[in-house]
Amino acid sequence: MRVHIPGALRSYTEKSEAEAHGNNLAALLVDLDRQYQGIRFRMIDEQDRIRPHIRIFVNGEQVRELDRPLDARDDEVVIVQALSGG
Amino acid sequence: MTAGRTASATRAKSSTRRRGSREVMVLVATRKGAWLYRGDTARRKWSAHGPHFLGHIVNHIVLDPRDGRTLLAAAKTGHLGPTVFRSTDLGQTWKEASKPPAFAKKQDGSGRAVDHTFWLTPGHASEPDVWYAGTSPQGLFRTEDGGVTWAPFSHINDDPQYIEWMGTVQDGTPDGPKLHSIIVDPRDPKHLYFAMSGGGVHESTDGGAHFRPLIDGMEVVEGFDRDTVTFHDPHCVQICPAHPDRLYQQNHCGIYRIERPANHWVRIGVTMPHEVGDIGFPVTVHPRDPDVVWVFPMDGTSVWPRTSPDGKPAVYATRDAGKSWQRLDAGLPDAQAWWTVKRQAMAADTRDPVGLYFGTTSGELWASRDEGGKWTCVAQHLPEIYAVETAELD
Repeated sequence: MRVHIPGALRSYTEKSEAEAHGNNLAALLVDLDRQYQGIRFRMIDEQDRIRPHIRIFVNGEQVRELDRPLDARDDEVVIVQALSGG
Repeated sequence: MTAGRTASATRAKSSTRRRGSREVMVLVATRKGAWLYRGDTARRKWSAHGPHFLGHIVNHIVLDPRDGRTLLAAAKTGHLGPTVFRSTDLGQTWKEASKPPAFAKKQDGSGRAVDHTFWLTPGHASEPDVWYAGTSPQGLFRTEDGGVTWAPFSHINDDPQYIEWMGTVQDGTPDGPKLHSIIVDPRDPKHLYFAMSGGGVHESTDGGAHFRPLIDGMEVVEGFDRDTVTFHDPHCVQICPAHPDRLYQQNHCGIYRIERPANHWVRIGVTMPHEVGDIGFPVTVHPRDPDVVWVFPMDGTSVWPRTSPDGKPAVYATRDAGKSWQRLDAGLPDAQAWWTVKRQAMAADTRDPVGLYFGTTSGELWASRDEGGKWTCVAQHLPEIYAVETAELD
């Protein structure tokens, strides 16, 4: 399924959209990391918590749990990085 | 991921070359990226190479003295998780660690997460691919493959006693409590030290299987109990290469020296001028003379401005192991300079006379070719400087 990549992480993907697969969000992020090594840890910490300033939306709905099921046929995942500070 | 675009392929060699013939590279880590400054053999002219990792918070960038060409950089951004970058060609190209320092996963949700890697130390000469890393919050990590994959090291990251000594965010520095000053005894790879802000100085003699506090003689802020390890705040600890039984420490509460195997730190900062005091962040040791040490005092009075005392920055040196101190400010601003130098931001080379380098919170890089006798500003207008290290190249 299509995954929208925020600008701060495009040094990994070199494009704004990537294709990744998984039956839930956790599996999708593992697949993304398989293709773009290191990208997952920049978003998800070692306790499987979504890092501050990272937001993930599935079909426009914000998702806070990595076990959120995904449907490969229809779902669109958008990763957003909120920017703050100076 | 690449960021390097500059340094030549010149290969740095080990310290077998004559000291006077080698170029010095100064590795500058800042709040917004890293820069490498290459000097000529006279250390008079410097060329800037960078930025590397522009926009990343780089807490430390260190050359591996065992191969003379590998650099590790500890980085994160304000919004992305921490990582470590590795270059095997002196910064021409960089590759991200496949497994950066990270705490063990805890199923009950109580596990800690690394906010940033703060300190990098190459391992012993006999262990060529070993490095150690210290993090915020306090954690100790080790790599055995040159920085590609990292794992928690020793018992301390999950030891209930150590967790207690690490304290809470309230006990740490404003941008997070830190494990730093990881030291490997050059005579014995199993003899290790580290320090925590807060949480004291600790030592292992069995390769990290066990650590124990080494805080006797260290003072704490008035009103706190000095027997409570948590309250000890070493800012920087350095071992003397020429006399590894001697270590110096710049602490939140003074400057100290210890002579091993004794376990007692002696406050040598009491001989500093009263109006300057002995509070600061960095301490830098001489590569050959264990009696020579440099510090950079800051204002630790009243509400702790952490600026140069009275707006007049100066390095102070002792040449008699702390019995007396000399002010070294020739070339530095003589008034209205309110910056200071962080704990990793002062370093020495191994030339003769020794070159000294420090980076300021206001983004200036200063150098001295004569052990602090005269200072020259090498660079201005950099982001806030977090760390300065040296490397020597042929």
